[in-house]
Amino acid sequence: MVESNRWKKTPMREQSAEERVNNFDEVPFGYSEEEAMAEAERCLGCKVPFCEQGCPVEVPIKQFIQDLKDNDPAKAAQTIWSTNTLPAICGRVCPQEEQCELQCVLAKKGEPVGIGRLERYVADWAMERGLDAESPAERKGHRVAVVGSGPAGLTAAGDLARMGYDVTVFEALHVPGGVLMYGIPEFRLPKALVQEEIENLSKAGVDIQTNVVVGTSITVDELLEDEGYAAVFIGSGAGLPKFLGMPGENLLGVYSANEYLTRLNLMKAFKFPEVDTPVKVGKRVAVIGAGNTAMDAARTSLRAGAEEVHVVYRRSEKEMTARVEEYHHAIEEGVQFHWLNNPVAFLGDDDGWLRGMECIKMELGEPDDSGRARPVAIEGSEFEFQVETAILALGTSPNPLVPSHTPGLETEFWGGIITDEDSGATSREGVFAGGDVVTGAATVIQAMGAGKNAANAIDRYISERFGS
Amino acid sequence: MMYRIVEKRDLTDVTKLFVVDAPMVARRVQAGHFVILRCSEEGERIPITVADFDREAGTVTVVIQEVGKTSAAINDLAEGDSFVDFVGPLGQVAPMREDGHVVCVGGGFGVAPVLPVAKELRSRGVEVTSIIGARTQDLVILQDEMEAASDQLYLCSDDGSCGFHGFVTQQLEELIQSGTHIDEVVAVGPMVMMKATAEVTEPHGLKTWVSLDPIMVDGTGMCGVCRVTVGGELKFACVDGPFFDAHEVDYEEALKRNKMYQREERLAYDMYKENRHECRRGGAVSG
Ligand SMILES: Cc1cc2nc3c(=O)[nH]c(=O)nc-3n(C[C@H](O)[C@H](O)[C@H](O)COP(=O)(O)OP(=O)(O)OC[C@H]3O[C@@H](n4cnc5c(N)ncnc54)[C@H](O)[C@@H]3O)c2cc1C
Ligand SMILES: Cc1cc2nc3c(=O)[nH]c(=O)nc-3n(C[C@H](O)[C@H](O)[C@H](O)COP(=O)(O)OP(=O)(O)OC[C@H]3O[C@@H](n4cnc5c(N)ncnc54)[C@H](O)[C@@H]3O)c2cc1C
Ligand code: SF4
Ligand code: SF4
Ligand code: FES
Repeated sequence: MVESNRWKKTPMREQSAEERVNNFDEVPFGYSEEEAMAEAERCLGCKVPFCEQGCPVEVPIKQFIQDLKDNDPAKAAQTIWSTNTLPAICGRVCPQEEQCELQCVLAKKGEPVGIGRLERYVADWAMERGLDAESPAERKGHRVAVVGSGPAGLTAAGDLARMGYDVTVFEALHVPGGVLMYGIPEFRLPKALVQEEIENLSKAGVDIQTNVVVGTSITVDELLEDEGYAAVFIGSGAGLPKFLGMPGENLLGVYSANEYLTRLNLMKAFKFPEVDTPVKVGKRVAVIGAGNTAMDAARTSLRAGAEEVHVVYRRSEKEMTARVEEYHHAIEEGVQFHWLNNPVAFLGDDDGWLRGMECIKMELGEPDDSGRARPVAIEGSEFEFQVETAILALGTSPNPLVPSHTPGLETEFWGGIITDEDSGATSREGVFAGGDVVTGAATVIQAMGAGKNAANAIDRYISERFGS
Repeated sequence: MMYRIVEKRDLTDVTKLFVVDAPMVARRVQAGHFVILRCSEEGERIPITVADFDREAGTVTVVIQEVGKTSAAINDLAEGDSFVDFVGPLGQVAPMREDGHVVCVGGGFGVAPVLPVAKELRSRGVEVTSIIGARTQDLVILQDEMEAASDQLYLCSDDGSCGFHGFVTQQLEELIQSGTHIDEVVAVGPMVMMKATAEVTEPHGLKTWVSLDPIMVDGTGMCGVCRVTVGGELKFACVDGPFFDAHEVDYEEALKRNKMYQREERLAYDMYKENRHECRRGGAVSG
């Protein structure tokens, strides 16, 4: 019998660090029925459930946990689906500690209710039984086009389909999912599960067309004028990788995290030569940066055969932006962290292969514009660091492809599409946008929140403009 | 959605032409664009230039030279088979003059990518001289099509088995030396050939374009593997190119970067050829 502890979350079992570095299987196992019930019992069913205010898509948290307590997980699933089309994904990758769980009353004195874990439990339970969200309302007779099938696009599509619109999602890659498929690794978010959650959207009537690059295969203007779409939602993400312009950045063995993770996740290069796409993972790997992407690149490298993985970051541990849970997982797995070290050059051999990195030690100075202490180089502290593979995880910015092919669509100087914050409306009538393409790299659930708001705004727009 | 091969033609033993049912690509494609395709579920995404298109029929023509596993697997496909993925058009339209005289240089499979450029230039009223070449006569491709698309055509072979005995770059040098007025040169082919072309035209201050062929994955600017240095700046060939000013390209770096997976490529190709053999033997026994 699993006892519930008033102040502590019911623990979730996971693969041991020694075991998991040798495979790509998911790290945490998820709750058993007993564990889920024990955790559900911890929820106080607050009159004013603050937890729900922390959730960008307003999952009725109190209600779905109550459904669980009532021993009705099928109902719990419908409750969650009423606002969240991708709960199996959110339960795994939401930064709950900064969102729903941060606001849970229990967090004041002890650990919050494991809302993410319970959401995952319900979603997995429903998926195993092949349950679907309740079918859509009556058809509205209007079509909406969605650009990009990341969490923003999928959420907008799912919500609009459920309202009765005929939705087509256009995706540039050969599989839908965006970062969920090409960026976040299998051991954090199994790809079969992502596809299954997307499959549920297809069942709800969303038509997903892969291999279409909006802008070049078809333009936003054509969608509106020739193809009969009443509105367009742009959720094309922040896929453009940053480079530093450092000497040696184009040496063989220097990857952007996007390329590295795409080869390994989307193209399954860890199975080469069983699959055709190769990847090169040296014995010693350096990852530059300390966000979620850096953690994913580091932990993926261990699983792909690296002997040593070093995360090199010019600021200190305090300024790291990765989720704490992922940071701990990385430490447990043996990733080594080098705070306050800045790479200044990549060093190559005669054939153009990376053989090492020159770094310089840093110290923290005055806070910069972002409020974070600014790292300052310590003169004369340069040193060499031997590595065969380096992965740049320095952040990404919005991909300019859609804006550059859409006249009149206004963007910020750094590329983000300018929108009205509440509705996602852009400078072009009938065109809405949300997710990373608006905010720059953020989170899955923020992208979903933006997709949801835009879906509501699109519904209002179409009703007003065309009548419903 | 599958992308059916409606016609296949053997141009040489190792170079095949495919007409593919891909209406979405055919609708908007222009000279210089490329597609990314995959021939199987476990396959690699590879970039291939559009050699021709028919908007009405909704078809796109590509020409593929066998250099490794993926191109071999593609060239083993037959009419009626399909590509699992075929996305495009990608990249920028080829730079186009409106008047004057342009020399189009195509080496090896590079004749296929220059064909649509020559056609488009000609349709705009530009005078087009084409220089195409290959190692030997059997490897020359699309000669008739190029002839039709050009005002003059020069044929070259490294071994002298047809046309001018020598490299396309030597023929180009002769043409320049002969005093013919040339406004621009467009050259597509193996990187060493494009580099040599740039070296021929640079002393004459002759504007020259080349189409780079770095390794690619997504083709939309997302991964950065296709980065090249042009005029000292970082460019992504898939979205900023593939055509660049030939005199600004860092060829040494581009050549090195294309060798990143040489070992893996050889392994995959050898395994494929081994299997191909087995299949053929197997086929012979059962048949
Ligand atoms: C490695 C990594 C790990 C992360 N880990 C987490 C995490 O643990 N938790 C978390 O909350 N967030 C995490 N994030 C961030 C999160 O994944 C993103 O914020 C989120 O995916 C953004 O969603 P989106 O829908 O805006 O864009 P994306 O997920 O980027 O999807 C955009 C889609 O649009 C497609 N597209 C682009 N251009 C076009 C076009 N012209 N035509 C058609 N389609 C196009 C792209 O191919 C892509 O599929 C991580 C990000 C990365 C890179
Ligand atoms: C924008 C662009 C357009 C292209 N257009 C065409 C096209 O129209 N037709 C075509 O056949 N190819 C074209 N290519 C090249 C094509 O993508 C590669 O030939 C293909 O990826 C090879 O895959 P593979 O698995 O068969 O060989 P790999 O195993 O990847 O390569 C095998 C070996 O061949 C070498 N190699 C790679 N490309 C070439 C090449 N083009 N010529 C000579 N050697 C090469 C590699 O360096 C490697 O050593 C284009 C490339 C780009 C970037
Ligand atoms: S979707 Fe994310 S933020 Fe919302 S309740 Fe679920 S885990 Fe919390
Ligand atoms: S705030 Fe916490 S305890 Fe209260 S309803 Fe939400 S999850 Fe339950
Ligand atoms: S191929 Fe990925 S950015 Fe060009």
